[in-house]
Amino acid sequence: MVCSESEQLLMADVDGELDAADAARLRAHLAACDACRTAHAALTGLHKAIKRQATAYVAPSHFRQQLAASLPRTQARRKFAAWPWVWINFGAAVAFSSAFAVMLALHVSVPSASDLLEQEIVNDHFRSLMAEHLTDVASSDKHTVKPWFSGKLDFSPPVFDLAQQDFPLIGGRLDYLAGRTVAALAYRHRKHVINLFVWPEQAGIVANKPLHLSTRQGYQLASWSENGFHYEAVSDMDVQELGEFRRLLALHSKKES
Amino acid sequence: MTSDFDKNNKNHDFEAMILPHLDAAFNLARWLTRNNQSAEDIVQSAYLRAFRFFDGFQGDDARTWLLKIVRNTYYSALRDDRHERNALPFDETLHSHDENELDMSVFGKGNNPENILASLDTKRAVDQALESLPLQFREVVVLKELDDLSYKQIAEIVGIPLGTVMSRLSRGRKQLVVCLMQQGLGG
Repeated sequence: MVCSESEQLLMADVDGELDAADAARLRAHLAACDACRTAHAALTGLHKAIKRQATAYVAPSHFRQQLAASLPRTQARRKFAAWPWVWINFGAAVAFSSAFAVMLALHVSVPSASDLLEQEIVNDHFRSLMAEHLTDVASSDKHTVKPWFSGKLDFSPPVFDLAQQDFPLIGGRLDYLAGRTVAALAYRHRKHVINLFVWPEQAGIVANKPLHLSTRQGYQLASWSENGFHYEAVSDMDVQELGEFRRLLALHSKKES
Repeated sequence: MTSDFDKNNKNHDFEAMILPHLDAAFNLARWLTRNNQSAEDIVQSAYLRAFRFFDGFQGDDARTWLLKIVRNTYYSALRDDRHERNALPFDETLHSHDENELDMSVFGKGNNPENILASLDTKRAVDQALESLPLQFREVVVLKELDDLSYKQIAEIVGIPLGTVMSRLSRGRKQLVVCLMQQGLGG
């Protein structure tokens, strides 16, 4: 082997690219040639020096994170991509529209304020009959019943004795309606009991509310306001009798004022 | 659904095969650009390219494939940069010699780099010497010495024949020795 040939093999040897046959030939030459041996050592030295000393840069951690985040749909996003979006969208649409339907139904079926009040009145009337708790003060004398309320209410309800008109007073009690304590007056007409709830109109409202009649669970209800008081009458009488009752009350209240 | 599944697979494969070579990619970019910020920019766009071309990757040598993209990314950035500046510097060191010429005389007696390096702040000296190498030599030396790639892999990355890899490597090393000797004498 001549030196010019060995020069190529030297580098290949240092770089680990020499096959066994060429390696053997190179060994033989190096053993015999000082110059090539020195060159071989120098090349090996350089190879080692660079490998050991040159900086092998590593990606800064901030850059590593930034890169991972910037790649299209990697890691974090992949989880979402794996979700069946078509079905999720469909499900969400169904959920929202049914929620809307339920809200609409609730809104439509929600009882109005007057509805609630009527239900309350019927319940109170029913309770007063069931629990035999029609009156706290049992008297047909309005001069017994009316004073009984003083100190228990912040108003004095109009109480009338209608015994001559076949609507005798039974008594009075306190009850709770429309979020406040009200006067409950019990009258009787033949076998029928009438509950008359009275409370003052809200301040500022002076207009007389016309008579409103309705039926609920077989009971007749009458609602009106007059002279600053709100009246709610409930009974199992028929409408004509309830109308008569109301007419008598109005008559007496006009007579007294 | 199927396309999503494929995409998920693609993402998964890309992360498993390409992301682990981030340090190698960064090292090459850092040695090519010689500063951290440019290296990050190069690697960033190289990874986006790699992701785009990942469907076409069928080989088993992901590192070589990625490093080739990093190198191409750097060269196209360099071309754009030079085009912007309207300047095309001619690399004399690269074109002044016959590339296939192998001259080992520099590795003569007394020029053993190990001896030279013994008298230097070696780490800094080696880094400086490497950085001072012309680009075409620097890249093959870095790929060989720092990435421990074979001539064949380097030929693939740089896109030159094996013989050219060897001659550039040889000339690069000789220049390194010269540079280290100058540093040794000067410092």
